[in-house]
Amino acid sequence: MTKTNEEQLLAKPNKRKRKDKKSFKTRLASIIMCGPISVWSVLFIILPIILLAFMSFMTKGPLGRVVYKFTFENYAEMFKPVYFTVIKQSLIIALWTTLLTVLLGYPLAAFIANVKKKTSGILTVLMMLPLWVSGLVILYSFVIMLNKTGVINQFLLNLHLIKKPLNLLYNNFAVIVGMIYMFLPFAVLPMFSSIEKLDKGLIEASKDLGAGPVKTFMKVTLPLTSPGIFAAVILTFIPCIGYYMVTDMLGGGTNMMVGNLIYRQFTISRNWPFGAALAMVLAIVIFLMLFIYTKLGGDLDDLGA
Amino acid sequence: MDKRKLKKKTLSVISKLYVILIFLFFYAPVVVMVVFSFNDSRANVVWQGFTTKWYTKLFQDTELWMVFGKTLFIAVVTTLLGVVVGTMGAVGFMNAKFKGKKLITNSIYFPIVIPEIVLAIATLLVFTQGGIDLSMGTIIIGNTTLVLPYVYITIKARLVGMDPSIEEASLDLGANRFYTFMHVTLPAIVPGVMSGAFMAFSLALDDLIITSFLANAETATLPMKVYSMIKKGVSPEINALTTIIFGVSMVAMLAYLIKELVNMITIRRKKARSI
Repeated sequence: MTKTNEEQLLAKPNKRKRKDKKSFKTRLASIIMCGPISVWSVLFIILPIILLAFMSFMTKGPLGRVVYKFTFENYAEMFKPVYFTVIKQSLIIALWTTLLTVLLGYPLAAFIANVKKKTSGILTVLMMLPLWVSGLVILYSFVIMLNKTGVINQFLLNLHLIKKPLNLLYNNFAVIVGMIYMFLPFAVLPMFSSIEKLDKGLIEASKDLGAGPVKTFMKVTLPLTSPGIFAAVILTFIPCIGYYMVTDMLGGGTNMMVGNLIYRQFTISRNWPFGAALAMVLAIVIFLMLFIYTKLGGDLDDLGA
Repeated sequence: MDKRKLKKKTLSVISKLYVILIFLFFYAPVVVMVVFSFNDSRANVVWQGFTTKWYTKLFQDTELWMVFGKTLFIAVVTTLLGVVVGTMGAVGFMNAKFKGKKLITNSIYFPIVIPEIVLAIATLLVFTQGGIDLSMGTIIIGNTTLVLPYVYITIKARLVGMDPSIEEASLDLGANRFYTFMHVTLPAIVPGVMSGAFMAFSLALDDLIITSFLANAETATLPMKVYSMIKKGVSPEINALTTIIFGVSMVAMLAYLIKELVNMITIRRKKARSI
């Protein structure tokens, strides 16, 4: 008995030593594994945002140079009518795009979530494939389809549904269609994920308690899948405001997004501080939305997988 | 009861029809792109007859192939970098605890949600303020930042579905951490690494916004060239090239990815169920 006690006493410090060594090794392994990604995100995600914020308070110098003098001017400039119209126009397009994307995407997400696992995997890949290959060229296909002599107008003319070709291109309609195309697949994923996580028993329970399908949907399904819908909104609304390619290709000269405005500040107009201020506003709104999303219990992983 | 069954059946027919319509919307532009790659017209807006001359022209266009090669190089390096950093990070963050971890893990998601142009100019500021000349290296850095969250998330999902006791068993049996990582953890997450790599590769191959801001005057990538061609009125050659890329990825997907991605989703389902 005493011997074993002694042995235990002797063994104890030894064991602690081993534990210390192990924890040092664990720490070292941790540093090696987490180091690269941590350095990367500090250097190329956090630092860039800090520099962007810094740049947004600088003054525009002559010939597109930046004068390092603090000013709020860039933020005030957004309210000038020229720019404010663009902001208003982008908000309208982004709102329509987001609304339609969620309305079109939710039933699709529900369908994908309710088929066999294998089918849902295939459908998800098929949905993403066109954008994975080349969003740009495929966007250009819309020009071929929507123009006055395009596929859709020819089709409608041949069916005698219309007498004159419709103006489908270079307007808000074309921009919204293009935007929905670019954002719908990304918006479906988080909605799919939250519908999939839904406990089917709750729907059964609601039905057993006498609620009709509409009431069950409104009171049970919709509230429980709202994080997915919110994630879809996050992935559509602000990215849409900042996206300039769709308006560039499918919009007329007047259809500008804030994204186009930012692009111009860094290319033609060479007013980096103002461009940075515009970008900063978008970044802040996105951070706020993400903050609310995580506070409401949303899973950041659902945003991109 | 019969009425209920009938109702259920109509509902399922309607939902199937709806899904078909949505996929028609997704694939109509793809079909148009493929069809118009055989169009005998330079302007490429109106159909004027069948030809394969754009494909012949494409294979003779050495300049375009050089650009394509450069783009491929950037995409491959980006994918390697993104997969290595992302995989190590995803595995490391599983059981690491340190100050500021939350800030870093949260910041990894930013590139997915902030508009690409914001990320592009913010990254550009790092290079201009740091006095670093734009080059192929800066393009690769910018693209890696863009693809990192996708790799990280896919691998993390795979790790969450993994039984941690397997790793513990390996360590208890005397294997060191490196051996355990190489022989236990890595094989288990390979499908996640593969689909992350696929995502990273296709994102980097197709990226226009970040690349055009971080490229110098000499480096033009394929999407940049395509974009400038589109602005001038696209050449059907580009349609031909995209059709080939599309065909190749379609075949690759059918051959390999369906299986792996289905695995991914199965794991996510398991995760969903355990919650």
